Amino acid sequence: MPDKTKLGVGLFLLSEAIFFLILLLAYVYFHSVPSDGPSAANSLNPMRTLVFSICLFLSSATIHLAGRSFRQGERRGVSLWLMLTVALGGIFMFGQAREYLGLFAHGVTVSTNLFGCTFFTLTGFHGLHVLFGLGGLGALLGVAMSGRLGQVKPSGFEAVTMYWHFVDAVWVVIFGVVYLWPRLS
Amino acid sequence: MKQAAIPDTLGGESFEEEAREGWLSWVSSVDHKKLGIMYLLGSFFFFLVGGILALLMRVQLAAPNNHFLSPQVYNQFFTMHGTTMVFLVLVPMLVGFATYMVPLMIGARDMAFPRLNALSFWVQIFGGLMLYFSFATSGVNGGAPAVGWFSYAPLSETAYSYGPGVNYWILGLLGIGVGTITAGINLIATIICLRAPGMSIRRVPLFVWMTMITAFLIVVVMPILNAGLVMLLIDRLLNAHFFRADSGGSAVLWQHVFWAFGHPEVYIMILPAFGIISEVIPVFSGKPIYGYDFVAASTLAIAFLSLAVWAHHMFAVGLGHAFDLFFAISSFAIAVPTGVKIFNWTATLYQGRIRFTTSMLFALGFLLMFTIGGLSGVAFAAVPIDWQMTDSYFVVAHIHYVLFGGTMFALFAGVYYWFPKISGRMLNERWGKVHFWLTLIGFNLTFMIQHVLGMLGMPRRVFTYPALPGWAEMNMASTIGAFVLAFSVLIFMVNIAISLRSGAVAGDNPWDAWTLEWATTSPPPPENFTHGVPPIRGRRPLWDLAHPDRTDEMMMKLVK
Repeated sequence: MPDKTKLGVGLFLLSEAIFFLILLLAYVYFHSVPSDGPSAANSLNPMRTLVFSICLFLSSATIHLAGRSFRQGERRGVSLWLMLTVALGGIFMFGQAREYLGLFAHGVTVSTNLFGCTFFTLTGFHGLHVLFGLGGLGALLGVAMSGRLGQVKPSGFEAVTMYWHFVDAVWVVIFGVVYLWPRLS
Repeated sequence: MKQAAIPDTLGGESFEEEAREGWLSWVSSVDHKKLGIMYLLGSFFFFLVGGILALLMRVQLAAPNNHFLSPQVYNQFFTMHGTTMVFLVLVPMLVGFATYMVPLMIGARDMAFPRLNALSFWVQIFGGLMLYFSFATSGVNGGAPAVGWFSYAPLSETAYSYGPGVNYWILGLLGIGVGTITAGINLIATIICLRAPGMSIRRVPLFVWMTMITAFLIVVVMPILNAGLVMLLIDRLLNAHFFRADSGGSAVLWQHVFWAFGHPEVYIMILPAFGIISEVIPVFSGKPIYGYDFVAASTLAIAFLSLAVWAHHMFAVGLGHAFDLFFAISSFAIAVPTGVKIFNWTATLYQGRIRFTTSMLFALGFLLMFTIGGLSGVAFAAVPIDWQMTDSYFVVAHIHYVLFGGTMFALFAGVYYWFPKISGRMLNERWGKVHFWLTLIGFNLTFMIQHVLGMLGMPRRVFTYPALPGWAEMNMASTIGAFVLAFSVLIFMVNIAISLRSGAVAGDNPWDAWTLEWATTSPPPPENFTHGVPPIRGRRPLWDLAHPDRTDEMMMKLVK
């Protein structure tokens, strides 16, 4: 029988995926309506965001390595890779904050137009999920640093990992649709 | 008997509470049985509140041009009535039965995640209280939400609903949504991971099957509502434009999002009811269910189809011919697996030794009432009929035949069936039968006539109506029916109160039922099965135990 924790987290992520799917559909639905003012094409900088995105993508690899160290019982490796994961996630959040401040400075907010409201809703909820994941990673890191890693169940570690991969995967889709799509046409 | 048959389900969490006593032992409980009872009591409380709102509306509608309620208050009442009955009564009552029964039926000690179980319950309760807090908001624009249970934009936007009522509605439903999703996850994990040895997925009781499929639907569709709710909330609080047509948004998008959730929600409210019926009818017919596989498989078919029928709520929007055609066909199609079940239950009754207990009467009432609701429902799949009938009392009659005549009747059947297990005492059968007949008469008097009112063109959600020929009489009849129905609920409550004190002691298995919940004491001990789970070699372990000479297994071989 499958592990109940992994199954539970998997189902939770399924419901999260559908939540994001609806926000994404709302974005796509309104993206096809031509409108004046700020849009993805004239307000976003895909290259700069790509740099921050790569940090998030890399963090999927580092948490994978943290998990490998965890299974092999290498405490130092776990702490190191987790620290790197948190740092990469933090850089991504920093990037998103800078992007938001830049948009605000140009008068693009959630109430500006349809692009503003769909963009900030979609990426904002993703950002909240990254923050939440950083909390989980931080908790794991704290446990690892204080040398109580033996009390962490493998399935618990796996749950945080699954969540983090999910947050990453959602960003792959968002990056593709929000940042790359307008460049293709 | 296998002593080691109970898997490690608890992580040692559940027994800490035994030291606590009184109300604290309930509030702090993570035991699935206590939480199940609290779900049932909580949802029954909201059932009474929602019922009182309905009675007040029926008083207002009893005579034409009546001024018992103001239009504003009437709007608030029908909004709160619908929201309450859907989110705070039917779903949590079904989840409550599942929370109590599923671990027992599969031979587990508790749910997969006992603490999460408690969280689910309390988040839902506080969501409900948040929703009702809206009545306390004051001022000209204060009061409860008054936009109907599906909160159509742009009516639900700040331009038309300036007060905070809709905000409370959104936050309340978000809480309820989160609680329901976590309950769904918990139920799936319990059913998949914690079945006792021998309890293969094709042997679990049909109530468990229905619960699992319902839980999948919950996990898949509740987040659709949540996404819609946060978009509406962002519109209202941050001045965004999702559903505001005046600044480029789309009111129709809200309808799509809401009904993509809303129609599967209807099946979330009916599938576990099917499960209860699939337990009650075989036991009181003295026969195993006819076509177990068909009942289970048709449920899967319903669940998949239910994801693709939502726009039959939107035929009046004018989405285009091809669109209407697709959703008309899918809505006709979903009637087929539902019909399959009706035949399964009827075939189970056929040549059975039927015991007309109150539980069985409610189950038979369900068969008839739900069939009527199903027939009026499938009529709406025909687009022209929908155009004619939409937003009339015909719709009101239909939904009440499905959700009261269907789900509520099944829930009453479940209460009479499982009350002995939960409380250790039998519900009084004589009062039970009075309850049943009053419910049946009151229900049909209230809602049958509304089909006619709808066909005559009486619109729903309008606080009064002119004195057209016959309307006053029909509405008065409906109101009288509503009070008969309310009286039947009083009798039910009296029966519960009396039976809890002085009902006959039930014993482990008063109905000669076959599923595992009847293998333990009534009420079950904290760890459910003190003496281990009986061996499970088929779908009816207690039958096999009682008839070792003709177990289901042997009979299957004989047939082959």
